[in-house]
Amino acid sequence: MSTASTRSPAPVKRSFTAEASEYVNDRTGLAIAIKGLGRKAFPDHWSFLLGEVALFSFIVILVSGTFLTFFFQASMAEVHYDGSYVPLKGVEMSVAMASTLDISFDIRGGLFVRQMHHWAALLFVAAIGLHMLRVFFTGAFRKPREINWVFGFTLFVLALGEGFTGYSLPDDLLSGNGLRIIDGLVKGIPLIGTWTSFLLFGGEFPGTVIVGRLYALHILLLPALLVALIGIHVVYVFIHKHTQFAGPGREPTNSVGPPILPIYAAKAGGFMFIIWGVISLIAALFTINPIWNYGPYDPSPVSAGTQPDWYIGFADGALRLIPPGWEFVLFDRTWSFNILVPLVVIGIFLLLVVAYPFIEAWVKGDTREHHIADRPRNAPTRTAIGAAGVTFYAALWAAASSDILATHFSLTMEGVIYALQAITVLGPFIAYFITKRVCIALQKKDREVVLHGYESGRIVKLPGGEFIEVHQPLDEYDRWRLVSYESYQPLMLRPNARGKITIGQRVRASLSRWFFEDRIAPVTQGELEASHSAHH
Amino acid sequence: MTRTKRRTGRRHPLAAAALLALGLVFTGGAYAALSTGTAQAEVDPNSQQTIEEGKKLFQANCATCHGLDAQGTGNGPTLIGVGAASVDFQVGTGRMPMQMQGPQAQQKPAQFTDDQVKQLAYFIASLGPGPEIPSDHLASGGGDAANGAELFRINCAMCHNVAGAGGALTEGKFAPPLTNVSGVHIYEAMVTGPQNMPVFNDLNISPEDKRDVITYLKYVQDNRSPGGFELGSLGPVAEGLFIWIFGLGTIVAITVWITAKSN
Repeated sequence: MSTASTRSPAPVKRSFTAEASEYVNDRTGLAIAIKGLGRKAFPDHWSFLLGEVALFSFIVILVSGTFLTFFFQASMAEVHYDGSYVPLKGVEMSVAMASTLDISFDIRGGLFVRQMHHWAALLFVAAIGLHMLRVFFTGAFRKPREINWVFGFTLFVLALGEGFTGYSLPDDLLSGNGLRIIDGLVKGIPLIGTWTSFLLFGGEFPGTVIVGRLYALHILLLPALLVALIGIHVVYVFIHKHTQFAGPGREPTNSVGPPILPIYAAKAGGFMFIIWGVISLIAALFTINPIWNYGPYDPSPVSAGTQPDWYIGFADGALRLIPPGWEFVLFDRTWSFNILVPLVVIGIFLLLVVAYPFIEAWVKGDTREHHIADRPRNAPTRTAIGAAGVTFYAALWAAASSDILATHFSLTMEGVIYALQAITVLGPFIAYFITKRVCIALQKKDREVVLHGYESGRIVKLPGGEFIEVHQPLDEYDRWRLVSYESYQPLMLRPNARGKITIGQRVRASLSRWFFEDRIAPVTQGELEASHSAHH
Repeated sequence: MTRTKRRTGRRHPLAAAALLALGLVFTGGAYAALSTGTAQAEVDPNSQQTIEEGKKLFQANCATCHGLDAQGTGNGPTLIGVGAASVDFQVGTGRMPMQMQGPQAQQKPAQFTDDQVKQLAYFIASLGPGPEIPSDHLASGGGDAANGAELFRINCAMCHNVAGAGGALTEGKFAPPLTNVSGVHIYEAMVTGPQNMPVFNDLNISPEDKRDVITYLKYVQDNRSPGGFELGSLGPVAEGLFIWIFGLGTIVAITVWITAKSN
């Protein structure tokens, strides 16, 4: 303390930047954060940027959405449209619809911002989907990241909620038709359905309150939850460190890549502007949701080609795939299994997605931390399960566009539906089988390459007259990539401390056998040496 | 060498191209002049000659399925009482004569000239009363687009889509896109209900309302979307495909590019 007080002012003239930095640091203590975070390394792989795509499109949604709130009026009061779009002049519609038309036609830049908001929303959910697939197929959800997977999944569901509430706001024909389906879904739930629908719509559908209520959810509750969860999600990425693919020098305990400051931050910053640029370009060139075609909501008309936005498509498709006649009257009540079955199936599917990290860890009996991302082929069963899930989802998704498929490929509507029903049920099994075999084949190829080198294409004739192709050994860097993965074996069924074998253990053992029965173990040091001595 | 030789030649190197262009303009112009000339020569609906010509055309091209006296056979319905509008629509849009049996008659380039279509139409009209070919006043628009749009959304959009982009029906049938259909044909379709389309008679939608519907469709045909490319006006499916393939596709290509650059 005393030495500090007697220290004389520094004789050297300091730059403005240094002075300014010190001023800020003395008051905020930012240096600690920059020192800590700025030197964190971020592994470089294209697929690691997908989450950022979602984040950057979310920023576009926030900013463009704020602009839209300046002009949008969430009221269902009836007015006669008096804007500049001729084919709607004088038509009776809600204030919500009229204000959306005003944004589109009478407010400078309004249509551009509206299209930006909508395109960015589609991109946001698509990027989340691709990001989730990346995390799934590389096993980046394993300990310690299971909870962050749950956060990420919750973000996905919130994004669907944001998308759907936004889709319903303009009160045009399309959004009203979408709400009518939701109303039907809700009413299909036994006992509470009708009551819930009346609660939601403030009376009989469509009522006069739903747009205001959805607006409150869309711009207040859901975004607040999204922002909070995105914060937590990203903080956990920092805390856990990013996963990385195996490579020389890459250990579970380190993270190899450019440091955040300055390289990575500059790249990510540039990337952010590129994403914004791409969204702006799309918004400037391509129409999205032309509400002026759809006109105001009226419960009687439905347009051909009425679909939800892509991310709700799987739910719409599930409804379309149910065969007729799944509705009957019992105990003076209508039981709409044509609605309940899709709801339950989708619920189970989503539950499996969110619970998968815990299920896999339990089946493996694995409590270790994993920071090295798996190559999909090195976890054949997981990759095959993922492929089955993707096939199932894709079949439901395609079913939502069954009518467009029929007209554009000159097919019959019924034929499309029957084919998709078959794909929904059988497709996942076929995809599972094929994917697993492909993974194992790729692993065998890797093993072959490690042990015997790769084919060089050079044919040599031996003195005895025999022709052989010379195989070149891999260099150590490439070999590292191919041999460093974890291999699991089926769990042994053993009695517990009390000498009993519980049902849980049996289930686990059989699941574990299913997971790891067919496996290709990584090449060991011994095998490698043996193969080298055989070749020499 | 060759270059100097060419320059001294009698013809300019572009002479052949210029001659060709001139020839094309001349023949094209002459064709346009002649074809408008023939179109102006109105076919008289009541003259015996028209009906005779129509009958000949009918017996040569339609009678196989519809019967020699248009009474209908196992392969085609009777045409007595379908009216001139029906024939003008079916033959004028190329749907008839039908190329092959299928879920519905497909549109194809019209097989007859405008005059021949009219002759056929008036021949059929002479067999029994039916809807007539609408006047220009009703079929060329100029009505209330907003009223037409509302009527279109209520009565037509469930099959034809709100923007007239077309849509699917059952068993391989479909409602065709209306993005390139003339006003006369739209009107005739409404009054005759071709293929799977219901009839919208004058009590259902009055002639003036029909004119409004045509006005709206003309508005959609003539005014492209203010938002940019329409992606076929197919709605969210086209938008979803676009964002996955072109939006996310572009962005993934950019991520690969960014991470491929060495530091």
